[in-house]
Amino acid sequence: MQTTALGWAFDIVLALTLPVLAWRILTTRDLYRAVILFIAFGLLVALSWVRLDAPDIALAEAALGAGLTGALFLNTVGALARGGSGAEGERRPGNSASPAGEPVDRVPRGRWMRLALLAPASALGAALGWAVLVFPEPAIDLARRVDRNLPAAGVEQPVTAVLLNFRSYDTLLEVGVLLLAILAVWSLDLRDLWGGRLALSKGTGVLDGLVRLLTPVMIVCGGYLLWAGTQQPGGAFQAGAVLGALGVLLVLSGLVAPPLERDLPLRVGLAVGFGVFLTVGCAVLLVTGTILEYPPALNYYLILAVELVLTVSIALTLAALFVTAPPPRKRDAPGPDAREPEGSS
Amino acid sequence: MALILAGALFFLAGTLGLLRFPDVYTRLHSLTKADNVGLGLVVLGLALQAGSATAVLKMVLVWLLVLASGATAAHLIATAALRGGIRVWRRR
Repeated sequence: MQTTALGWAFDIVLALTLPVLAWRILTTRDLYRAVILFIAFGLLVALSWVRLDAPDIALAEAALGAGLTGALFLNTVGALARGGSGAEGERRPGNSASPAGEPVDRVPRGRWMRLALLAPASALGAALGWAVLVFPEPAIDLARRVDRNLPAAGVEQPVTAVLLNFRSYDTLLEVGVLLLAILAVWSLDLRDLWGGRLALSKGTGVLDGLVRLLTPVMIVCGGYLLWAGTQQPGGAFQAGAVLGALGVLLVLSGLVAPPLERDLPLRVGLAVGFGVFLTVGCAVLLVTGTILEYPPALNYYLILAVELVLTVSIALTLAALFVTAPPPRKRDAPGPDAREPEGSS
Repeated sequence: MALILAGALFFLAGTLGLLRFPDVYTRLHSLTKADNVGLGLVVLGLALQAGSATAVLKMVLVWLLVLASGATAAHLIATAALRGGIRVWRRR
């Protein structure tokens, strides 16, 4: 971390802006504005990670925290503004996209409740800050330990080595959590909430043109991030985030998105990351005697193979989360296409 | 260095426009134009400091992508606003 005067000034401004922005997000009453501020907040946090010399996390934060989560939130706010009919049975006559004045779009009042929550939250924040400053030097220097064992890991980038080799158990569980998340969202089947069609009504062709331009670019970018993850910041999660965003763009632009419409390939794609990871982990048990301990000769190839399937799964999971409903089974009645979709643009 | 500062100035001007202009369309205009030029200047300034031609190419690619996506996003917002019924501001 640089310690130049400019660096310090930048860091101080950044550190002061974050809590102020967080406060604004929590207190603004218009949900739409809160989501936009949240996206900006995610970008600032990504900047903070860069200042802390953690480019891998910065990449993931910018793509997932600011980008994809922002898109999911906007989707939700839009559905709320349109008056999500269906399960709640509350039907609103066609609203325009503007959420002004809709009670469902505002955070309920409650100044005292907010203050009551603010006190313990600030106390916790202050306690954490004090703890970090007072923290004694750790007895084990993890960074040095990782560096010493890096040649045995099979990849040159320490973050990838930690994620995919030294602590691959954690990553396995994280991927399992992602799978659980999509299962949970699917079980809710929110298709009614947005009227059966997510694509923006085909107005001008500008979005189509951009998506057609971006699709090969993003595929190459995702592949590069995956490949470069062994030597530079990158890896499965970042590549998966880029490809997931591509999936979201394809769905939004109404261009054909067959992987998200066909039942079996989608399910296989979602499960293959976790499945292969688990299988590899158990298979090496037979060779080296410990789950998830890769034999040294096959290190690099196993890591790359696992990262490849992880990327596919993560990308499909993120795009499927955006669509929020499982693809229609062939034996079901045709989906709610009869209802006039209240154009989202 | 001077180029980067000039680029930052453009960003500032664009944000000022965002805050001060009267309606969606003029705000979009100030944002996209000023930010694109600002980013271009920043990229130019960084390119002079960069180590290799690959890095410069990557930065130029990023700039081009921002141009394309910024223009599309502005267009989408504008058409959405038009459809939502927001009227263009006219000087009284």
